[in-house]
Amino acid sequence: MAKPLVATGFFTGCFGCHMSFLDIDERIIDLVELIEFDKSPINDIKEFTRPVDIGIIEGGVSNEENVEFLREFRKHCKILIAIGSCAITGGVPSMRNTVPLKECLEEAYLNGPTIQNDGIIPNDPDIPTMLDKVYPCHEVVKIDYFLPGCPPSADTLWAALVALLQGKEVALPYELVKYD
Amino acid sequence: MAGDAALVTQVVEQFGRDRGRLMDIARALHAKLGCLTEDTIGDVADALGMRRVQVRDMVSFYAFFSRRPKGKTVIRLCDAVPERMKGAEEVARAFEEALGIKVGETTPDGAITIEHAPCIGLSDQAPGALIGATPVTNLTPADAPKIVQALQDGKDIATLPQAEVDLNLRKPGPVIFAPMERGTAIRAAVNRKPEEVIAEMNKSRLRGRGGAGFPTAMKWDFCRKAKGNARYLICNADEGEPGTFKDRVILTECPDLLFEGMTVAGYALGAKEGLLYLRGEYEYLLPHLDQVLAKRRHLGLLGKNIVGCEGFDFDIRIQLGAGAYICGEESALIESLEGKRGAPRDRPPFPVQKGYKNQPTSVNNVETLCCAARVLEMGGDWFAAMGTRDSTGTKLLSVSGDCKHPGVYELEYGITVEKLLEMVGAEDAQAVQVGGPSGQCVAPKDFGRSISFEDLPTGGSIIVFGPKRDLLECMRQFIEFFVEESCGWCVPCRVGTTILSKQLAKILDGRGTRADVQEMEKVANTVKTMSRCGLGQTAANPILSTLRSFPGLYEARLKKDDFVPPFDLKAALAEGCAITGKQPVLED
Ligand SMILES: Cc1cc2nc3c(=O)[nH]c(=O)nc-3n(C[C@H](O)[C@H](O)[C@H](O)COP(=O)(O)O)c2cc1C
Ligand code: SF4
Repeated sequence: MAKPLVATGFFTGCFGCHMSFLDIDERIIDLVELIEFDKSPINDIKEFTRPVDIGIIEGGVSNEENVEFLREFRKHCKILIAIGSCAITGGVPSMRNTVPLKECLEEAYLNGPTIQNDGIIPNDPDIPTMLDKVYPCHEVVKIDYFLPGCPPSADTLWAALVALLQGKEVALPYELVKYD
Repeated sequence: MAGDAALVTQVVEQFGRDRGRLMDIARALHAKLGCLTEDTIGDVADALGMRRVQVRDMVSFYAFFSRRPKGKTVIRLCDAVPERMKGAEEVARAFEEALGIKVGETTPDGAITIEHAPCIGLSDQAPGALIGATPVTNLTPADAPKIVQALQDGKDIATLPQAEVDLNLRKPGPVIFAPMERGTAIRAAVNRKPEEVIAEMNKSRLRGRGGAGFPTAMKWDFCRKAKGNARYLICNADEGEPGTFKDRVILTECPDLLFEGMTVAGYALGAKEGLLYLRGEYEYLLPHLDQVLAKRRHLGLLGKNIVGCEGFDFDIRIQLGAGAYICGEESALIESLEGKRGAPRDRPPFPVQKGYKNQPTSVNNVETLCCAARVLEMGGDWFAAMGTRDSTGTKLLSVSGDCKHPGVYELEYGITVEKLLEMVGAEDAQAVQVGGPSGQCVAPKDFGRSISFEDLPTGGSIIVFGPKRDLLECMRQFIEFFVEESCGWCVPCRVGTTILSKQLAKILDGRGTRADVQEMEKVANTVKTMSRCGLGQTAANPILSTLRSFPGLYEARLKKDDFVPPFDLKAALAEGCAITGKQPVLED
């Protein structure tokens, strides 16, 4: 039987959830036995090559490109898991949500203390247009599972992934989802 | 500004440099200066030897305190559900048009500000508004330009035809609205020992009228027996539950009965001081209440050796609130009385153990204390003969919404919803909200149920929804109210109410799915079970009770899809595109 296919992706966040994932240490050897990666920063495959079984995403949705890629994930993944505070709530980047976008950009590019001469708000077509706010992933596409944490620990991610691969219900012990 | 600093010193002196009177100090300064700026806050902090952040913390909490200059006159347009049912939104538009500004703004000349306000206790003559402290009622869009003109002409608002508050006492009953000779209940009390007064109260089986229904005799007994250096009686006249206005009618019609009851309670508790916490919206009632208090002092019914009873000293002070529903919750009310922000306390200890100034305190509703006075006059058995087994006596109901005769009714407990609807002229009701937004939305199949603690409890609010109302839209507006009024201390209430409001709005927009309803119910139960105080614990009731009694109304609005995103790509991109001059790349 072919190994289950997994894809991972990141949107607006700090990449910390992926780093936490790599903290599974030597279990990465077991992982290679268990699954095969498709699109993921871990193997640097940039585009989906086929439908996959599980998609794991971190980060919130703050610009047009994030929307596009998140929709790609939904289209290609049978099961989609949002991990970490940014994917689930918008996280730290969503602190800008209380300030209108125009003011954010003006502060960053026109009026900020480090601006020399006249600044300009970037409008190059290659730069994704920003959304008015940072959105959690589940407001944009349907998300099947949520793994909270900032970041979720390697043990949490491992336990959840293994349970899914074995077709079991994801029942995480309290220690793995307690964050105070 | 040096001038303001001098004023601050003067006001602070006037209140004896007492930090506990910060509420009054802030009110007095706000009235003089129109707002409380950072400078003023700093001056107050210096004068009281407090930290600036402590003063700011308190000032920022209350709707009536502004930290930026507002218009000389502030018009507060009530937008509670019963008001909107009677056209409050059209009236607001008319004011916007007459003034050329939006709600929340001030005219360029700094003369007038218009704002929304939650229920101001005038739902029986809606739509209503407060102009400064003066209430205006039964407004129509045509009134807006006239009122604006009168303000611009410098007329006294109190002389306007709209500045009329009807009593709307539709059915007086034997407990609250029967006449009583001043001092009768007090004399009946001082003829016995305080313990015997409590025993008489026990016979009446009177339960608190403010909402929770705690047996009053037991509360007084706990408070009397608790250890402390002093005891306090507090009368809760915060009356903030939308659709409630029965305390307004008591305070207008029979304040003597209330003060009589407060004095009886003072005797029973062994308290020397009683405090009446009057919601800021009722400031217009204050002059009359002060007069009644002065009269009672003159008659020896307050002060030292009351009714000639050696050593029975008791007096009453009125504390005005500043616009916060949560201050009706007894521990938040005590915090507010102590000059702090009105955030509820952890319990235990309960107020009867450690309340005002950390001393044993009994907090009682206005109506409860009136009942207590009557119990002393007529006897506990007389009182207990009315009503039902677990709900003795009568209850004041404030009826508003789609009915022919809105107003206050004093009725024996146990009356069915059906009978009540007949009485108020609303036989065609599609639903009745019993107990305000925090209560239950009752469907016609349940109109045989009775108003009582054992069946349908209510602090007094009854809002009738006629056959044409969009019931779920009214529920959404109820949730909005809780979003505004949450004190923000705990996440389930602060965040949960906002999530609920968005989830419900999506369903009402016709974009909800079955999964959305399930998710909303989950959040509603979290808000209900995980919140710290009664506000959060009841904030999801509009949703939970309509899910139970009107599932079809939700069903009819749902989409068949598995998932419909709340996200709207076009709207989310509009601002970014406008700023950069780019076009969206993605399609919806
Ligand atoms: C959010 C909230 C608002 C309340 N508002 C009022 C109020 O306006 N008036 C009132 O008497 N009780 C109000 N209560 C109930 C009080 O906490 C308290 O139970 C009551 O004043 C006790 O008086 P009673 O025993 O005479 O009913 C409120 C409770 C909560 C949780
Ligand atoms: S439940 Fe709401 S109002 Fe009550 S303490 Fe918590 S946040 Fe404040």
